[in-house]
Amino acid sequence: MAAAVALQGVSKAFGDVYAVRELDLAIRDGEFFSLLGPSGCGKTTTLRMIAGFEFPTEGSLQIHGVEMALQPPNERPVNTVFQSYALFPHMTVEENVGFGLRMKKVGGTEIAERVKRALDMVRLSHRATAAPKQLSGGQQQRVALARALVNEPEVLLLDEPLGALDLKLRQAMQTELKDLQARVGITFVYVTHDQGEALTMSDRIGVMHEGRLLQVGTPQEIYERPTSRFVAGFIGEINLLPATVIDHDSVRLAGGRLVAAATGVAPGSEVTVALRPERLELYGVNEVIPTNLNTVRGRVTRRVYFGDVFFYDIDTTDGVIEVKEENRPGVDLHEIGEEAVVAWDPAASTVVER
Amino acid sequence: MGPGGVDGRGAVSEPGGAAAARSELEDAARRAEARRGFLIALPAWFYLTLFFVIPLGIVAVYSFATRSSTGRTVLSDWNFDSYRRLWDSLVVEIALRTLLLALATTLICLMFAYPLAYYMATRRPALRNVLLILVMIPFWSNFLVRTYAWKVLLGSDGPVSQLSQALGGEPIRLLFTNTAVIIGLVYGFLPFMVLPLYTALERMDWSLVEAARDLYADGWTAFRKVTWPLSIPGVVAGSILVFIPTLGAYVTPAILGGAKTTLAGDYIVSQFLAARNQPFGSALSMGMMLIMLAATIVYFRWFRPSGRDL
Ligand SMILES: Nc1ncnc2c1ncn2[C@@H]1O[C@H](COP(=O)(O)OP(=O)(O)OP(=O)(O)O)[C@@H](O)[C@H]1O
Ligand SMILES: [Mg+2]
Repeated sequence: MAAAVALQGVSKAFGDVYAVRELDLAIRDGEFFSLLGPSGCGKTTTLRMIAGFEFPTEGSLQIHGVEMALQPPNERPVNTVFQSYALFPHMTVEENVGFGLRMKKVGGTEIAERVKRALDMVRLSHRATAAPKQLSGGQQQRVALARALVNEPEVLLLDEPLGALDLKLRQAMQTELKDLQARVGITFVYVTHDQGEALTMSDRIGVMHEGRLLQVGTPQEIYERPTSRFVAGFIGEINLLPATVIDHDSVRLAGGRLVAAATGVAPGSEVTVALRPERLELYGVNEVIPTNLNTVRGRVTRRVYFGDVFFYDIDTTDGVIEVKEENRPGVDLHEIGEEAVVAWDPAASTVVER
Repeated sequence: MGPGGVDGRGAVSEPGGAAAARSELEDAARRAEARRGFLIALPAWFYLTLFFVIPLGIVAVYSFATRSSTGRTVLSDWNFDSYRRLWDSLVVEIALRTLLLALATTLICLMFAYPLAYYMATRRPALRNVLLILVMIPFWSNFLVRTYAWKVLLGSDGPVSQLSQALGGEPIRLLFTNTAVIIGLVYGFLPFMVLPLYTALERMDWSLVEAARDLYADGWTAFRKVTWPLSIPGVVAGSILVFIPTLGAYVTPAILGGAKTTLAGDYIVSQFLAARNQPFGSALSMGMMLIMLAATIVYFRWFRPSGRDL
């Protein structure tokens, strides 16, 4: 079966600035796909090309196997939820929701029914005749969703739809969106710069940086197996230790310590060992440490209490390493100034380029 | 409010004394605010009273006065004679012609100005400012001078006519026709239509148009359903700014129009000067102001429904 959205070699230049470069991406039918990346990396531009608001400078864009790169937006089976909602201020909520169906010349009674169902779905039937600006941000957001979903698009595009909401509401809407997507089974392409949002909601994530798509994978793959230094550093907390490759399963850290790590690049290459703080353990200098673990010795320079966890900074000859330890019985506390050993399973580290 | 008690929800309300004291303070503050506002507006009040309210009052009073056989205005024997004369067929004809001309001018201005304002509002910000300045350049020279320039352009040996003859046609004499008056008026008032339209379109949230396109509207439909209704405030403002002054236009018709195309402004002037009938001239003026007021109200009412909540 053809991908819901397939981009091949898509580039977009504004003048001589490339917003998107040589993008290859296949979004599967029915999946919740997130485009994640820092501001200005080209997420919105990519989404707008799928919607038809921008045309690619180069490349092919197919929606369910049909070439669409140069089709105008009204001829594409996709709908968009805008970041600013873009609700029509001169129409009521139900007129807003029914707009697409009226444009498609759907019959009056069917429009009324479908609009009602869509408003039920976002729990806003009681505000059907309100003007958009009489609604709260979260309600406007839901109207925007209903207005797009009522058309039963093949793909729903969402550009930071929760960006304007406060934290609490954002979290509630995240769950709601995810549930909704599972229920309607429509492919969602979701743009965000919030890594937490991307990790919790997505089936797969594409990480973008400076117009390029660096990595595509499940949240777990992205978090645990980053293939580039940028992806490793962008998502979550991480220690990035410079090292030199010795052979296919060991590297030498900058301080001279030899540690085990699967490398996959030529001996002598300069690389970075990426270590998640929560995958590290702290041992006292006199404790017995399992021999299969990598170890680096250092001194505790900082300890921050977060309630459920402690963050430690350990100053070692290989650099400062951040360790996250759970706050529960059986996990020893370490004091500032103490010597300690940082230990990790070689499988927990990832080697990326320098 | 009564002295301290318990309101419906069970919360204890403030003791009456404190509330009264506070509201006294609030009142004092409000009075001071009003006084300041009045002082700031005083020069404008003074100016408007001296040059607008008083003359208007004089016109209103004169419209009920009598003209003596020598052409003097007699401030006694108050009557409605001048108003009765407003229904003379000549006056009605002039009024209708003036209305029609003002309407045509407004419509033509709208037709020219909307695309221009749309173009301007969708350019890069830097270019927008340049275009704005270009639109205002005509204001740099005197209106009368520019109208005389049109007289040259539209005359029987002017460039328009010459061009027509060069192409093998008849000489065209536009001068002293209604067409010439409309051309002159459109030229003179176009900027007044462009500026409010530009302001309305420049404030447009273009993502709304994208949303319409996204919801299967083609370009034209998106314009009709979104851009146009949202620009109505600009259309109303521009139309009023053009319609009202063209109703009372005097200079342009006087220079470019002919004797057969007398308009209201011209007719009123002739009553005051040539005919020396100040009461009738005053009644005409009052009648015209009423028409303008009515037109403005109708216009606002008419456009309110689709332009609501803006
Ligand atoms: N219409 C445009 N004209 C010129 N440059 C543009 C235009 N749209 C986007 N760009 C540029 O393209 C690059 C990518 O922009 P884009 O809006 O896609 O980023 P983004 O990833 O969505 O960022 P954000 O998280 O800030 O929304 C930016 O450098 C931006 O300045
Ligand atoms: Mg963006």
